[in-house]
Amino acid sequence: MIEAILFMLGIGAACGSVLSVASKVFYVYEDPRIAEVEGFLAGANCGGCGYAGCSAAAVAVVEGNAPPSVCIVAGAEAAANVAAVMGLDAGTAEPLKSYNECNGGNRAANKYYYTGLNTCKAVSALYGGRRECEIGCLGFGDCIRSCAFDAIHMGPEGYPVVDETKCVGCGACQRACPKNILTVKTMSQRLLHMNAEDDALAPCRQTCPAEIDIPKYIAQIRNGDYEGAVNTIRERNPLLLSCGRVCPHPCEDRCRRGIEDEPVSINQLKRFVADFEMNSGKRIPIPCAPDTGKRVAVIGGGPAGLSCAFFLRRLGHGVTIFESMPHLGGMIRYGIPEYRLPKKILDWEIEGILNLGIEARVNAKFGEDFDMGSLAFEGYDAVFMGVGAWVDYNLGVDGEKLNGCYTGIDFLSRLASGEKFSVPRKAAVIGGGNSAIDCVRNLIRLGTEEVWIVYRRTRAEMPANEVEIEAAEHEGVKFQFLAAPVRVVGDEDENATHLEYLKMELGEPDASGRRRPVPVEGSETLLEVDMVITAIGQRPDVSFKESSKRLDDLNITRWNTIDSDPETLQSSIPYIFTGGDSATGPSLVVEAIGGGRRAARSIHQYLTGEEIKPVPKSLFKKNIPGTIFDSVPGVVKTPRAKMTELPVKERITSFIEVDQVLTEEEAIAESNRCLSCCRICYNKDAA
Amino acid sequence: MDYIILAISCILINNILLAQYLGNCPFMGTSKKMETAVGMAFAVVFVLVMAGVITWIVNTYVLAKFGLDYLRTIAFILVIASLVQFVEMFLKKSIPALYAGLGIFLPLITTNCAVMGVCLINVNEEYTFVQALVSSFSYAVGFGLALILFAGVRERVLLARVPKPLQDTSIALVIAGILSLTFFAFKGMV
Ligand SMILES: Cc1cc2nc3c(=O)[nH]c(=O)nc-3n(C[C@H](O)[C@H](O)[C@H](O)COP(=O)(O)OP(=O)(O)OC[C@H]3O[C@@H](n4cnc5c(N)ncnc54)[C@H](O)[C@@H]3O)c2cc1C
Ligand code: SF4
Repeated sequence: MIEAILFMLGIGAACGSVLSVASKVFYVYEDPRIAEVEGFLAGANCGGCGYAGCSAAAVAVVEGNAPPSVCIVAGAEAAANVAAVMGLDAGTAEPLKSYNECNGGNRAANKYYYTGLNTCKAVSALYGGRRECEIGCLGFGDCIRSCAFDAIHMGPEGYPVVDETKCVGCGACQRACPKNILTVKTMSQRLLHMNAEDDALAPCRQTCPAEIDIPKYIAQIRNGDYEGAVNTIRERNPLLLSCGRVCPHPCEDRCRRGIEDEPVSINQLKRFVADFEMNSGKRIPIPCAPDTGKRVAVIGGGPAGLSCAFFLRRLGHGVTIFESMPHLGGMIRYGIPEYRLPKKILDWEIEGILNLGIEARVNAKFGEDFDMGSLAFEGYDAVFMGVGAWVDYNLGVDGEKLNGCYTGIDFLSRLASGEKFSVPRKAAVIGGGNSAIDCVRNLIRLGTEEVWIVYRRTRAEMPANEVEIEAAEHEGVKFQFLAAPVRVVGDEDENATHLEYLKMELGEPDASGRRRPVPVEGSETLLEVDMVITAIGQRPDVSFKESSKRLDDLNITRWNTIDSDPETLQSSIPYIFTGGDSATGPSLVVEAIGGGRRAARSIHQYLTGEEIKPVPKSLFKKNIPGTIFDSVPGVVKTPRAKMTELPVKERITSFIEVDQVLTEEEAIAESNRCLSCCRICYNKDAA
Repeated sequence: MDYIILAISCILINNILLAQYLGNCPFMGTSKKMETAVGMAFAVVFVLVMAGVITWIVNTYVLAKFGLDYLRTIAFILVIASLVQFVEMFLKKSIPALYAGLGIFLPLITTNCAVMGVCLINVNEEYTFVQALVSSFSYAVGFGLALILFAGVRERVLLARVPKPLQDTSIALVIAGILSLTFFAFKGMV
C-alpha cells in the first residue's frame, strides 16, 4: 500500500517536474492574445472556418489574417469579445448568407435514365446534367450534404431551400454546387453585382436598365409575399413608387409572353407592391452595411442622385446630397406632372431613402453656392454628379422672346413649384416627346380651351410613349403634324398672338431610317395662340465647370454631357463619377436609377482602393445569345390586366392621379401570366 | 526473421483496429476525409513508438522490479499523457515544421485506447525491448493502414445512395465490420 502511494507520488512528481522543466526549456513566445482569443472561440475544432482547429484560427486572428468573426459556430457575441481583445471593431464584417437563386420548376425530360453515382457533381460531368436549362438545379443535394449546419433541406419542389437563420455563410454549399446555383454573398456583394453573360437572366431582366430581378418579384407576388417583392425590387431600384407609375417599361417589350400573347404587365405589378407598402402604413426596414467612414458628395437630387446615394448608403458610406432646387426629386418632381406622379407619393418615397441616414442640402447650386474646393475642404472622398439635363433647346426663330413664350422644362418646373400662370385661351406646344405631351396635358388641366401639339413629322414618328399620346388625344388635345414653326407673331404689347409654321411633307429616309420632312414652299400658315411652349429636347447645364480650376480636366462631350466610361461611369477626373441624364443625355427614370447604382459600384471600388472595372463578362446593354426566342409553344392566351384610368371628364378638370393601381386579385392573376423564364428549365423542343 | 513475422502479425493479423477493436473513436472520427486520416496515421506512428518504448522501460525497470504490476494501467496513463505533452512542446520549439504537420492530432491521441492497448500488449506478451519497439511501430502502421483504407471507402460511400437511417456513422460501422472480416483472412498466416 505504502509503496503504491510512494510510487504514484514519485511518478507524478517526475512527470510534473519533467514537464515544467520542458515548458521552460522549450518555451516558445506566443502572443498572449492567442490564448485569450481562443478562449472566446467555440472550441469545437470543427474546421468550419477554414483553419485547422480553434488554435489555428486564433493564431490567424492575432496575425490579422482572419476577421474577429472567424468562428462560424460561436456567434456575434464571441466575435465582439474577440474584437475587443484585438482592439478592433467587430462591426466591420457583414454577414454572409447563402441564397438559392434557382426557383426550380418543371423539369425537362431526362436525356437518359441515370443510375450512376447519386451526386450532382457526377451528373453534371455527364452532358452538363440532365436538366436543359443553363442553371437548372440537378436536385441530388450535394449542397445539403455539404452543409455542416443543417441549414439546407430539399424543398417540396425538388430543389434545395436555404434556412437563412441557420446559415452561417461558410460557403460549403457554394463549393459543392457544380452548377453555381447556390451563392454565398453579403448584401453588399449582391448590391454590387451587375448583369453578366453567365447569369441566368430572363429576357425582361436583361432588358431592364436597372437590372431588377423581375421574375423573382413576380413569383413573390404570386405567392403573396408582397414584402419580399418590395425587397427584391429595392435591391436594384429605390424609386419603386415613382417607377411603378412613370416607367415606359422597356422590359415588357422583350417579355417572352409577348411573343405569343400580350406581355406581362410588369410595371403595374411593381406599382401594386409599391403601393401595398405605402398603404400598409409601415416602412419595410432596409438593411445597410456597417459604416465605412468614407463620405461621398452627390450633386443633384434626381433619380440618378437618389439611386446613387441610396446604394452608397447601403454599402456603408456616408452620403450628402446637394440639390439646387428647394426639394429633391429632380425631373420626376419638376418635370413629370402631378396627375402622373403625385407629389405626396414622391415625398413619401424620398423620405424613406433619406431615412437611411442620408443628409440632403437643398437650395445649394453647384458652381454658385459651393464648388469643388469647398467639397474637398469638407473632406469628401468622391463626388457623384447627377445634374440631369435641364437646359431646353431653343427653336432659333423670331419672336421666341415674346410674352407668353416658354420652354418646356422652364414651364413644367415653374408649374410644379406652384407658380401661378395666367391661363392662356389657346396654346401651342412644339415637339413630339414626352415633355411636350406633359405640357399639353397640364395646359388642358389648367383650363386652356384649345391646346395644340405642333410636330415636324407624323404621329408614327412621335418619340412620346403611345399610352401618353392616346391619353392626350382622349383629353382633347389637337395635333398639327408635319409643321415646322418659323416665327412667333406678337402684338404691339409684345404678347404672342400667332404661331406661323410651314407645312412639311415626308421625303427620303435619313440616316436614322425615318423619312425626313421637307418644307413645302409657300405653305406658311398662322395658328392663333397666346402661349407657345418649345419642348424640343434638353441638354445638361455644365456651367459649373467654370467655377473651379479643379474641374479643368473634366471632359464634356459635344452633347454637353459629362464624358465618362459608359460601363463604370467614371469621368476624366478619377474621383468624379456621373450617371443619369447628365451622362446619357435625356433618357428614362429607370436608366438614371441603373446609372446611379452602376456609379455607386464604381465609387465603392474607388473608396476601397480596388481597380475600377465592370463585372467579368459584363452584359452591358446586350442580350444573352439564344435567350431571345421567336416562338414560345404552349402559351394559352389570357388578356393582360387592364389599367383603370380616371374618367376623362373628371381628370381634365383636376390634377388627381389618372392611372389607378391594380386590385389584389388582378395583381395575382397578372403574376400568374408570367412564364418564369430562366427559372423553369424550359425545353423548347419537347413542348 | 522473427521480427518480420512479428511485424506482419501486428500489421495484418492482429490489426489493432480491425482485429483487436481498439481505438474505435479516432477510427470513426477522423476517417471522413482522406487528408485527416493521413495526418492521424502519422501522428499515431510517432506517438505509439515513443509510448511503446517509454512504457516498456517504466514497466521493466520500475514496476516489475518493485512488484507494483497492479499499478500498471494508471502508471501508463500518466506516463503516456505526460509524454505526449512533452513531445508537443519539444516539437513546437525544435521542429516547428513537423509540429505544424501533426498539429491538432497530437493532443487528440493523448488518451487513445489503441496507444494504451499496444503498451499493455507489449508487457503482457513479455516482449524484449527490440520486440516491443518493432511491435509498437507495426501496430501503429497497421492502425494507419486500416484508417486510410477505411477513409477511402467512406469518401466513396458519401457519394452513394444510402437509405436515411443508415447514413454516416451507421453505414461506417457496417463497413468497418466487413473490412474487419476481410482482415480475418490473414488469420493462420503465421
Ligand atoms: C417632362 C418630362 C417627362 C418625363 N417623363 C418621363 C416618364 O414618364 N418616364 C421616364 O422614365 N422618364 C421620363 N422623363 C425622363 C426622366 O425624368 C429623366 O430621365 C430622369 O429624371 C433623369 O434623372 P437624373 O437624376 O439624371 O436627372 P434629373 O432628374 O434631371 O435631376 C437632376 C437634379 O440635379 C439638380 N441640379 C442640376 N444642376 C445642379 C447644380 N449645378 N447643383 C446642384 N444641383 C443641380 C437638379 O435640380 C435636379 O434635381 C421625363 C422627363 C421630362 C423632362
Ligand atoms: S414571362 Fe415573366 S420572366 Fe418571362 S420575360 Fe415576361 S415577365 Fe419576364
